This record gives sequence, structure tokens and C-alpha cells, in this order.
Amino acid sequence: MGVACDAVLYLAEPAYLCMVGHCYDGLPLEACGLLGGRPDPARADICYPARNAAASAKLYTVEPRDILHADRDAEARGMEIIGVFHSHTHTDAYPSPTDVAQAPDPGWHYVLVSLRDIAPVVRSYRIVDGKIAEEPVVLAGG
Amino acid sequence: MPVEVRLPTVLRQYAGGRASVHANGATIGEVLEDLVRQFPPMAGHVVTEDGSLHKFVNVYKDDDDIRYLDKLDTKVEDGHLVTILPAVAGGATDQAPGA
Repeated sequence: MGVACDAVLYLAEPAYLCMVGHCYDGLPLEACGLLGGRPDPARADICYPARNAAASAKLYTVEPRDILHADRDAEARGMEIIGVFHSHTHTDAYPSPTDVAQAPDPGWHYVLVSLRDIAPVVRSYRIVDGKIAEEPVVLAGG
Repeated sequence: MPVEVRLPTVLRQYAGGRASVHANGATIGEVLEDLVRQFPPMAGHVVTEDGSLHKFVNVYKDDDDIRYLDKLDTKVEDGHLVTILPAVAGGATDQAPGA
């Protein structure tokens, strides 16, 4: 497993509900999306559900047009894209080697939503130079 | 005339933290070359050494993905917005079910 880090990701409750709901809606495929907010302290205020262009139960590719729209919307709100979420339909909420290899931005927060069990499991990580560090997720008022 | 280039967060560190800069060029390729001239650490992040668009990067001219236009030869003019964004992908593919 990765190491713990000192950072915390504050996740607005409406964004959390949107994110988990989108992941369930995507079953049996992996679902994905982006998180908008502010980087320091890290607070995700907005969930941008996106299409999985890979349309796969094992892979995801955020539809490029959805990245563009999310980026523009976040900018219009005075925010920025601070992370990405995706679901693991049958495995742990832990970054896979594929997730690590394709992590695009060391400044981002990588949120995994596992739908393996009855209750969803949400965990967040920083991925820097191939190293995984889990960070606590704190639900905050929307 | 320069065009506005919006940078992804991962490249802003090379531009003094700026989210948006201006670069000159008549095509996307020329704009990206000018970007690297202005900010040399960006070299290799958007266009590879062989001169092609990095596969983990998406570039837009206004709302259009340049891969569906003329790629790096896509013409740009004053008033166009060039947006560089990372491709975002991954997945549980390497993990066995129940891992």
C-alpha cells in the first residue's frame, strides 16, 4: 500500500453524492469524472461527471470534450480542476498500475470509488513520480 | 498576432504560475513552438521529439480538438483560443477481481 500524507481532501457533500451516483449509474462499466475546486487547501466543490470514452469495465478514458467543458466551467467559477475520480467495479479503491502510469498531473487528487461491496468505498490519493500517498477525505458542507 | 494559450495546471509552473499566456504562430504547431521558445521547460510535454502531438495531451482550437482538424497544421488567427489539456485515463485493468 502507499504511504499516508499530511494533506487532506475536503469534498463537498453534493460533489460526493454526484460522484458516487455517477459511478453507480455507470455500472457495469467504469465511470469517471473530474473534480473542480481550489488546490490549497484542497477542496473539491464540484463534481463533473464525464463519459468514459473507453466504455470498459476495466479501463476509463475521460471523454476529451468533457475535460474541456469542465475546465472552462471551473475557470468561469474562479476554480480549477483539482482531480479526477473513477470507479473500480470489482476491486479495491486503490490506484492500479495503469492509474499510476497514466496519472497526468502530480498536483491532482486521484479519487477512487470502489463498488465491490454493498457500500461504496471512497479513497483519495496523491500520485507523484509513481509514488502513491493516500490522503484522508473529509466531507464538507456544500 | 499572438493567440491566447490556456495551459493545464501541470504546465503552469513553467510559465510563472500563469493559467494563460500568448504565443505567436499561424498554425497550432508554430504556436506550440513559440510556447517552448518562451518557456523552454515545456519542451517535450506537448509535442514529442519527433514533432507529433503527445498522446497524453489534447489541444483545442476554440471548441475543436485539433486531431479532428489539421492536427498541428491547424491554422489559427488572432482571437482564437488554444487550450492544452491532459488526457485522463486509467482503470483497474491490472488488478484481479477481488484484489
